[in-house]
Amino acid sequence: MNSFIEKSLRDGYGETLVELGKKNPKIVVLDADLSGSTRTFLFAKEFPDRFFNVGVSEQDLIGTAAGLALSGFIPFASTFAIFQTGRAWEQIRQSVCYARLNVKLVASHGGVTVGEDGPTHHATEDIALMRVLPGMTVIVPADYFETKKVIKKIAEHEGPCYVRLARPKFPLIFDENYEFEIGKGKILKDGSDATVIAMGITLFHSLIASEELEKEGIKVRIINMSTVKPIDKELIIDSAKKTGVILTVEDHSIIGGLGSAVSEVIVQEYPVYQKILGVPDMFTQSGKPDELLDRCGISSKHIKKAIYELLKKKEKNKSF
Amino acid sequence: MSSVTPEEIKRLKNIARILRINTLKMLTLAGSGHPGGSLSSADIIAVLFFYKMKLDPKNPDWEERDRFILSKGHCAPILYSALAELGFFPKEWLWNLRKIDWPLQGHPDRLTTPGVEMSTGSLGQGLSVANGLALGLRLRGIKSKVYVLMGDGELQEGQVWEAAMTSSHYKLDNLCAIVDYNGLQIDGFVKAIKSIEPLRKKWDAFGWYTIEINGHEIYEIISALHKADRIKEKPTVIIAHTIKGKGVSFMENKVEYHGVSPTKEELERALLELEREDE
Repeated sequence: MNSFIEKSLRDGYGETLVELGKKNPKIVVLDADLSGSTRTFLFAKEFPDRFFNVGVSEQDLIGTAAGLALSGFIPFASTFAIFQTGRAWEQIRQSVCYARLNVKLVASHGGVTVGEDGPTHHATEDIALMRVLPGMTVIVPADYFETKKVIKKIAEHEGPCYVRLARPKFPLIFDENYEFEIGKGKILKDGSDATVIAMGITLFHSLIASEELEKEGIKVRIINMSTVKPIDKELIIDSAKKTGVILTVEDHSIIGGLGSAVSEVIVQEYPVYQKILGVPDMFTQSGKPDELLDRCGISSKHIKKAIYELLKKKEKNKSF
Repeated sequence: MSSVTPEEIKRLKNIARILRINTLKMLTLAGSGHPGGSLSSADIIAVLFFYKMKLDPKNPDWEERDRFILSKGHCAPILYSALAELGFFPKEWLWNLRKIDWPLQGHPDRLTTPGVEMSTGSLGQGLSVANGLALGLRLRGIKSKVYVLMGDGELQEGQVWEAAMTSSHYKLDNLCAIVDYNGLQIDGFVKAIKSIEPLRKKWDAFGWYTIEINGHEIYEIISALHKADRIKEKPTVIIAHTIKGKGVSFMENKVEYHGVSPTKEELERALLELEREDE
């Protein structure tokens, strides 16, 4: 991990689209007037005939992408996460998932790290909204390099996918040799005291927390759960068995996201204590990304605190 | 336009009549569903599926086929009737509409039903999908036409107008939309619930070539569809003025038959009328 170099996930997306476009004439890209922000303009410059800007109309964006998939193309449709998953949710349900069409939804500006634009633009429900849809694959990459691998993988994958990217640059965690597989979590660091399962920006904060905890003799397993659906059940069960307590951390509501997805596995397969860190059940406010992460209780210091709590519970449980 | 013989018009009228009969039978057996809008669009469906569209029932995925999207998905029975009559699937399926473990869903499902191009049922989404399909076919150099049938009440959905701008912006002359303007929606007359007028001016203003016809006159439907083929650089919309429940006197222009299936007694009365028309 190199915590000093930061790179934009959105750039990773735009650059990979261009690479894919050169190799595969079936790739088409759509946007709803945010091609500068989502970086789809990189593809538009290279392949103007295969790029469609539908203007400020997200519902139409999804329907048009569905139609392009029907005619045999692999459409990538992009806009901000809140508008894509919120405003066009029913179009995604009916015209993409129910019709089982090969549409790739790649949204930027997920979570509170959107920052200053404020709560209207903080998508803190998108994972929940997408996860509930039958047949939808949901992925949240943690850095630039993972984004590139994810985009390549979903282009080969048959079926609807939702990929959530973020506005700010994220610290680099991986390099170009990183391998990504849909549905597989990855242990980045192993330990037997507790497990931290993270996705997106919270993976970096989890790694920071784990380094500090290590100095205190606490060894935690850190998992990058970039695929939230289908979730890696085996890895979750294995972690529950080996470490006894699980902490999930996400830049998303505590309701319906990664924490819920992990809970659904452990309560049914191997119940252990779990703590869910995420955006509390409330609307956020404007501010800097780091300030907001901290205020929502999902930065490294909160991760450390949550681990202490879980370890206490684990100890108490043992004494019975 | 190539001339259409009186025999051809008679043949298509008869097909529309059969489609109406099938529709009423299947809805009565199902015990629920929407007769009104199926009956109002029967003549349009008959001309599209039995005269105009390039289709191959033995090869539903034939690349060169014309595409049809039923954006007003609740009128699935009339589409199912046409597909069954053409041999896309056995007619037995019709009599098991909306039954558990049978393929024909309450609203069209492309995964279970051969010939159904797109799953629909939530109003307002079909035109966007038709746009994407038309863009994709054009990009691939396939000369097929994309037809999309919408309801009049459906035009109250905002997405329709988002899509209408997209169609004209991209000059989709391989796209033809048809509005089944029967004037009724579930809660009453369209003009009383939320007027969609001036409809012709709306489509004109959105950059479409607009044609208005009587949607029950076979010759007018044929002429309009041929005209749409000759319009270049813009999409065409056919506003088809129709009568909800058309063909069954006691259902005509009655809001009650938007979403209620006929009883057995009503079916018998309806069949007497429709079978008499044959003579």
